[in-house]
Amino acid sequence: MADLRKRVQNKGTDLDTETENEGANQDSDANLDLDSEDDKSLGKKLDLSSTIPSGTDKAPEMLDATLSALPPRWRNWVIRGIFTWVMIFGFALMIYAGPLALMLVVLAVQVKCFAEIINIGYAVYKIHGLPWFRSLSWYFLITSNYFFYGESLVDYFGVVDNRTEFLRALVKYHRFISFSLYIGGFVWFVLSLVKRYYMKQFSLFAWTHVALLIVVTQSYLIIRNIFQGLIWFIVPVSMIVCNDVMAYMFGFFFGRTPLIKLSPKKTWEGFIGGGFATVLFGLMISYVLCQYPFFVCPIEFNEELGRMTLDCEPSPLYRPQEYSVPASLAPVVRMITGKNTVMIIPFLFHSLSMSVFSSVIGPFGGFFASGFKRAFKIKDFGDIIPGHGGIMDRFDCQYLMATFVNVYISSFIRMDSPQKLLQQIYSLKPELQLELFTALRDSLTARGILQLTAP
Amino acid sequence: MADLRKRVQNKGTDLDTETENEGANQDSDANLDLDSEDDKSLGKKVDLSSTIPSGTDKAPEMLDATLSALPPRWRNWVIRGIFTWVMIFGFALMIYAGPLALMLVVLAVQVKCFAEIINIGYAVYKIHGLPWFRSLSWYFLITSNYFFYGESLVDYFGVVDNRTEFLRALVKYHRFISFSLYIGGFVWFVLSLVKRYYMKQFSLFAWTHVALLIVVTQSYLIIRNIFQGLIWFIVPVSMIVCNDVMAYMFGFFFGRTPLIKLSPKKTWEGFIGGGFATVLFGLMISYVLCQYPFFVCPIEFNEEIGRMTLDCEPSPLYRPQEYSVPASLAPVVRMITGKNTVMIIPFLFHSLSMSVFSSVIGPFGGFFASGFKRAFKIKDFGDIIPGHGGIMDRFDCQYLMATFVNVYISSFIRMDSPQKLLQQIYSLKPELQLELFTALRDSLTARGILQLTAP
Repeated sequence: MADLRKRVQNKGTDLDTETENEGANQDSDANLDLDSEDDKSLGKKLDLSSTIPSGTDKAPEMLDATLSALPPRWRNWVIRGIFTWVMIFGFALMIYAGPLALMLVVLAVQVKCFAEIINIGYAVYKIHGLPWFRSLSWYFLITSNYFFYGESLVDYFGVVDNRTEFLRALVKYHRFISFSLYIGGFVWFVLSLVKRYYMKQFSLFAWTHVALLIVVTQSYLIIRNIFQGLIWFIVPVSMIVCNDVMAYMFGFFFGRTPLIKLSPKKTWEGFIGGGFATVLFGLMISYVLCQYPFFVCPIEFNEELGRMTLDCEPSPLYRPQEYSVPASLAPVVRMITGKNTVMIIPFLFHSLSMSVFSSVIGPFGGFFASGFKRAFKIKDFGDIIPGHGGIMDRFDCQYLMATFVNVYISSFIRMDSPQKLLQQIYSLKPELQLELFTALRDSLTARGILQLTAP
Repeated sequence: MADLRKRVQNKGTDLDTETENEGANQDSDANLDLDSEDDKSLGKKVDLSSTIPSGTDKAPEMLDATLSALPPRWRNWVIRGIFTWVMIFGFALMIYAGPLALMLVVLAVQVKCFAEIINIGYAVYKIHGLPWFRSLSWYFLITSNYFFYGESLVDYFGVVDNRTEFLRALVKYHRFISFSLYIGGFVWFVLSLVKRYYMKQFSLFAWTHVALLIVVTQSYLIIRNIFQGLIWFIVPVSMIVCNDVMAYMFGFFFGRTPLIKLSPKKTWEGFIGGGFATVLFGLMISYVLCQYPFFVCPIEFNEEIGRMTLDCEPSPLYRPQEYSVPASLAPVVRMITGKNTVMIIPFLFHSLSMSVFSSVIGPFGGFFASGFKRAFKIKDFGDIIPGHGGIMDRFDCQYLMATFVNVYISSFIRMDSPQKLLQQIYSLKPELQLELFTALRDSLTARGILQLTAP
């Protein structure tokens, strides 16, 4: 039963068969003497399963009551299945609620992930003697969120600063205010150093910063992706989930060759099968979403309406474009369509890149988290989702993906809005604005974009 | 002698008198039992003074020979004094050599600081069993430098991308290339996880990232400051040094009240006296540097000459402007100058802000480094500078200052160059460029900056 629970909670790609490796690993997890190198340095006290609330398999009592009739093994599967659908439904609901609700949910997830990571840090370093030190970590979380969310708002809502003096000052001096807040936290940390706790305090300070680096910067990137269009959020997120589930399925039915020593339950068959399935799924969902402006329009602040709008003419990126076929394939294509060109939605190419990344590199985020959990001898990051573990357990692969999508967009999709650049131009001195205008006019005329007959 | 050496190497603000506190602290540094909390978690083996080359007081043999006649106490002082002047002279030489040499020196300093921090991490975690793991840290250093230096170059040398196809591709896909390099390192890390070393490997991975965060991002900010004008580099750097030296002097002559438990040799008298001296020094050096275009001109890439130039018309920021005096001071001013206004160089106000920051917050960078060294029981970060310690020992306060100056400039000094914005405009689609042009023209005309008679 304990074996089964551990297996069930260890992400979604567990094989449902017992292997010698698995047995041995679980034994070694319990037997601290084998990881002697780590133990010598940290003492034999590092068994966090008692301090971190993980894998307790808490399920709402109501659910417990209704399922108590079933055998324990089925009960776990049913709970896990139910909450999988709860998450999927919740995800759809967030999308329906629109970008603002989505941003708030991203914020909430981020806070919970941060709390889980910090909890682990506290348990590892046993710093219970300084309870108020936790406030410092939360202070840094709030400060970095203020900075990042402010940067997004300043970029996209440049118009807001015309409303009130106070808002305008906040926008103009945003970086300085954020920096001052950070310095306040830094000074607070230095003043809080207590003689016998230096090492722990520095370790937790570093731990906090790494957690912020992972959690907050990536939430920021996710929000930026959402602003490019909901499709840039939905497709990557669902690809990671699909890859997880499909790799598990393929592993379940065809799994034979172990993939990596770090996660003995992953197999090459699961990895490759999951990859192909993700590519197909990605193409299908991208094709469907491209049909609706709700998903492909960038979020923009509409001044008249005074709120964010999703109305637009979908960019050519999401509509079928003509592509000439390479000579080798031309005969085949001519047989099917009668022409030398095919109509493909350009976004599908990007979907292809994203699905390849999510299948090949995405799992490494999972391996990283597995290694991390193994290093600190915990089963899960938390236990807020019955049957699955903590929020971090579900989101560990997402973070790499969010960064990739953001970098991909800024490198390959030219989506700068003139609005943003205009804001920057207006902040120049008038003489420089005129200088820029003249240079731009000359350049446009030279390239024939501007006709000299315009007044 | 050992006491003296420790005192001499503990930055420049040591009091030259023995105090009970100091004696007790040095005893406790040697007596590991007192820091029992830290020791319980890390074992009694964390005495790094043997593994980190610190405070060995290596001096060139030639120097040793000439000074062997003097008593040991004088000898240390002379070595320290000599290398102080070596550093000052070296600094002046770098400035003279110009911005390109300066950037290379910043890069070299950064590499050495990173090496020192990583060495400490390796000694702390005793990961000698995996010697090739060090390469991973160096790989991440190279990757992050590539990213940051590339970002600077892309911003300022947008014209370069017209030369060759290869360079243009590097510039256009810079973020993607940097991200791919980072992912390569991430994958390498995950694949390198060895069963009994998980905790150490994760700790060093985090250690590397924090070191990069400190060292590389701040070098990047220093370079950006240099691009705004050499004065934005020279003034902050010399202010920190001045504050260090002056606080030591004032502490030496008037020091009585201890400032902070963390560094028992610092005193309030040194802190305040050093602050006033730094403000005065800052005003003086700023006034002098403002007279020379070499120091106040932003670095720009001159297309015709094909290299960076420092020729320009100094901005009004560096030339005396008229300021009306508040009513309360008006009579006094009228007595001195015969007018109701004073001519002040605006940069002096910024110098004032910077000197206040360097005096009040700068020392906290030093306290942070002291706490860090105390946590890991090391005397210095390294021993490359005889009499002073490692490079990090001299640069620990500089990092906070560089970030402050950068944030200060972007918040309070409007220094966007039209060139940068033009580059961004040219990367838009032609229709969007025209749209921006039209909007800009209408706005300029409405505000009267553009005359409609222009063709």
